[in-house]
Amino acid sequence: MSNNRVSRRQFLGYTLTGVGGFMAAGMLMPMVRFAVDPILQKKGDGDFVQTAQKISELSNEPTRVDFSYEQVDGWYTSEVTNSAWVYKDGDNVIALSPVCKHLGCTVNWGGDTAHPDQFFCPCHLGRYEKNGKNVAGTPPLGPLDQYEISEKDGFLLIGKPTENTLI
Amino acid sequence: MLNKIYDWVDERLDITPIWRDIADHEVPEHVNPAHHFSAFVYCFGGLTFFITVIQILSGMFLTMYYVPDIENAWKSVYYLQNEVAFGEIVRGMHHWGASLVIVMMFLHTLRVFFTGSYKKPRELNWLVGVGIFGVMLGLGFTGYLLPWDMKALFATKVGIEIAASVPFVGELIKTLLAGDATILGAQTLTRFFAIHVFFLPAVLFVLLALHFIMIRRQGISGPL
Repeated sequence: MSNNRVSRRQFLGYTLTGVGGFMAAGMLMPMVRFAVDPILQKKGDGDFVQTAQKISELSNEPTRVDFSYEQVDGWYTSEVTNSAWVYKDGDNVIALSPVCKHLGCTVNWGGDTAHPDQFFCPCHLGRYEKNGKNVAGTPPLGPLDQYEISEKDGFLLIGKPTENTLI
Repeated sequence: MLNKIYDWVDERLDITPIWRDIADHEVPEHVNPAHHFSAFVYCFGGLTFFITVIQILSGMFLTMYYVPDIENAWKSVYYLQNEVAFGEIVRGMHHWGASLVIVMMFLHTLRVFFTGSYKKPRELNWLVGVGIFGVMLGLGFTGYLLPWDMKALFATKVGIEIAASVPFVGELIKTLLAGDATILGAQTLTRFFAIHVFFLPAVLFVLLALHFIMIRRQGISGPL
């Protein structure tokens, strides 16, 4: 025990501060937790989505493959269509995300006539090589994402986008 | 009649000193455009506040028709603009005023900079001003999404990607803003609406109060 006696005034000060702190926390905690819920929610594991693309019909030239799935956005469920750029590298099937790594626009294969064998983003003239590697000197800072893929009855299934593993 | 009411209240509450404190103060010659026309540059701060008041009022009225729901947001904006009497005017005030606030605020900042008014003892008021600038940009960013048209959607996509490029916490900021890790949708719209209509205005009022209290406390900076 220290020799400093707690005065009545100090004691009341500590007690009221403590109680007030609990009351403030009791009010704020639910509201803060409410607001940050999206960052604490578990990410659902991406299911594979069936496409109408036969794997045998893919070539080494990237083709755009559209795929639709049911997207749950909070209380709103809707059918959305995304696309992937898919090509064969030997026996491997590569599916790249069309979302530009600069600011999220959509890239096109051969969209720039001066660079017919590159992906091109029209927003700020970003370019990527066929394997998704961003061309130095253009705005994107990283390679295009790569979709997980699978196969069923000869058709291509597309999973969730992950970091590019080719580079 | 009005005088009598005023006197009746003043007799009981002594309100004259209150409004004298607020309204009765000297305007030095060097900031009065009637003396030197070039002093109009000192009006930009007041003009920013004037337009801010218009934004608050027109915004309050817009929420009588607007709904922050992805099915109906665009339709409600279309309706209030084209079907409601003077809807084009009220929305126009909010739309053009949003840009004008930024312009006026920028001119005000330039004036403060070039007259050196940010120097001691007014450094704190400059800092609060920078805070107001940030809040205004936030109001512009969140308000831009609300009509829920293509321009709004893609501008916000790009804006959120910019926020996501912050080192280390970028993805957290992105999710916190959008309400979902990957989707920019229903939850983003309600969040942006709440931020635009409640959170940022609350912060703005506090900062504006500080800004004005400090001006009154310190007075307008001297002539060049």
